[in-house]
Amino acid sequence: MQWESWSAFWDMGGFAPFVWGSYGVTLLLVVGELILVVRRRRDTVRRLLRLRRANAAGAGGRRAFEEIVE
Amino acid sequence: MMKDMHKPERSKSLFRFAAPQMFYPLAGRLAPWFAGIAAILAAIGLWLGFFVAPTDATQGDVYRVIYIHVAAAWMSMFVYMVMAFWSFVGLVMNTRLSFIMSQALAPTGAMFCFVALLTGSLWGKPTWGAYWVWDARLTSQLLLLFLYLGFMALTRAIEDPRRADKAGAIIALVGAVNVPIIYFSVKWWNTLHQGASVSLDKAPSMATTMLTGMLVMALAAWAYTIAVTFWRVRSLILERERHTDWVAAELNALEGKI
Amino acid sequence: MKPRSKRLMLLGGAVALLIGAVALVLTAFQENLVFFHTPTEVAEGKAPTGRTFRIGGLVEPGSIKRAADGLTVQFAITDTAKVIPVTYKGSLPDLFSEGKGAVVQGKMGADGQFAASEVLAKHDENYMPPEAQHAVDQAQKTAKTVKQ
Repeated sequence: MQWESWSAFWDMGGFAPFVWGSYGVTLLLVVGELILVVRRRRDTVRRLLRLRRANAAGAGGRRAFEEIVE
Repeated sequence: MMKDMHKPERSKSLFRFAAPQMFYPLAGRLAPWFAGIAAILAAIGLWLGFFVAPTDATQGDVYRVIYIHVAAAWMSMFVYMVMAFWSFVGLVMNTRLSFIMSQALAPTGAMFCFVALLTGSLWGKPTWGAYWVWDARLTSQLLLLFLYLGFMALTRAIEDPRRADKAGAIIALVGAVNVPIIYFSVKWWNTLHQGASVSLDKAPSMATTMLTGMLVMALAAWAYTIAVTFWRVRSLILERERHTDWVAAELNALEGKI
Repeated sequence: MKPRSKRLMLLGGAVALLIGAVALVLTAFQENLVFFHTPTEVAEGKAPTGRTFRIGGLVEPGSIKRAADGLTVQFAITDTAKVIPVTYKGSLPDLFSEGKGAVVQGKMGADGQFAASEVLAKHDENYMPPEAQHAVDQAQKTAKTVKQ
């Protein structure tokens, strides 16, 4: 162990803002990136499902139109 | 006697994973493992860096920023080289997945590049006495961030995916020249940033526990990059290959679950 | 030639050209890329005159003198070959100390004194705990006494 106490650890030899600032921002960015990746997958799948339903409806609509016209 | 009907042989070589359809499930299976490895390595690295490694005689405890700063800087350079590699392969072999992979890597590389710059700045103020200087090392690292952001903006802005692929590939290849410049900047020019503590041709100038912590964090960052890139590439593949039957089947399977 | 091989050659050629172009540009702009000059370069007149530039080296041991007003400080920057005297008014970084690296930014005065507007500390790439540093310092001290 390198620290006499927990408060000494948090104090980081007087450099607390520089050290914890660095690691804090990194943690935020990593968590942010993970959230974005999860959201991207969810948004992509939902959007592609919606597109597919729209296309199917379009195809179904076209068939209905052809039935009427024929 | 009836001859056995057998399925057409799937290629057994590793090159079959160059097909998006084959790589998609592989990436899905591997990503959680790399995420787990990254978490474990990060825990070990941080424990080594904060509880095992001693303080530094010159800088005191502020040197401990090194355990994230160097890992991030190394990854930012390595990821861009990998992007350049896949861009080269894609242009030569005309493989879609190569370009997709390059685009999946960029955001994580950019993140690490920003982390390297920010942690470096916070480390510089109490030690050098400045948050920023325009020396060759810092300037070329900032240029790398611009290259990452330029790559991401350009590939998103171009509508046609094939043209976006090629435009991105050019930025990746041209920008890759900057990476050795970043690395050798401290050797070629007078810089405020100090020289390499770790290199292939001389003994490390760090205490062993410090060095170990730094290397473990670098490995953690590498495993993390693979996990996140594999997860991201799956979304990109679904998007690019949305007109195929296999994606239709995959969407069927996911319907109601997401 | 197969289209793939042709693409490979063209691409390889383009990359080689690019590297060549960058190398050319970098060598041409050497002067502008210099972050600091060494005391020897300054003594040989290779440093820019009439405008701000930087000198990098070690703080000459025993050269730090604080003026009566408490703010102004005088010291010397050396690369063990040549020594440049510096005056500076302002706060110094914590790592600034005799025998350690520093980079000063300012203008060379007509009297040969460098008037610094900014002083930065430069540290090396060595990281070791205080006990190890102590051992290194002792060894260097012994080596110096033996030399004498």
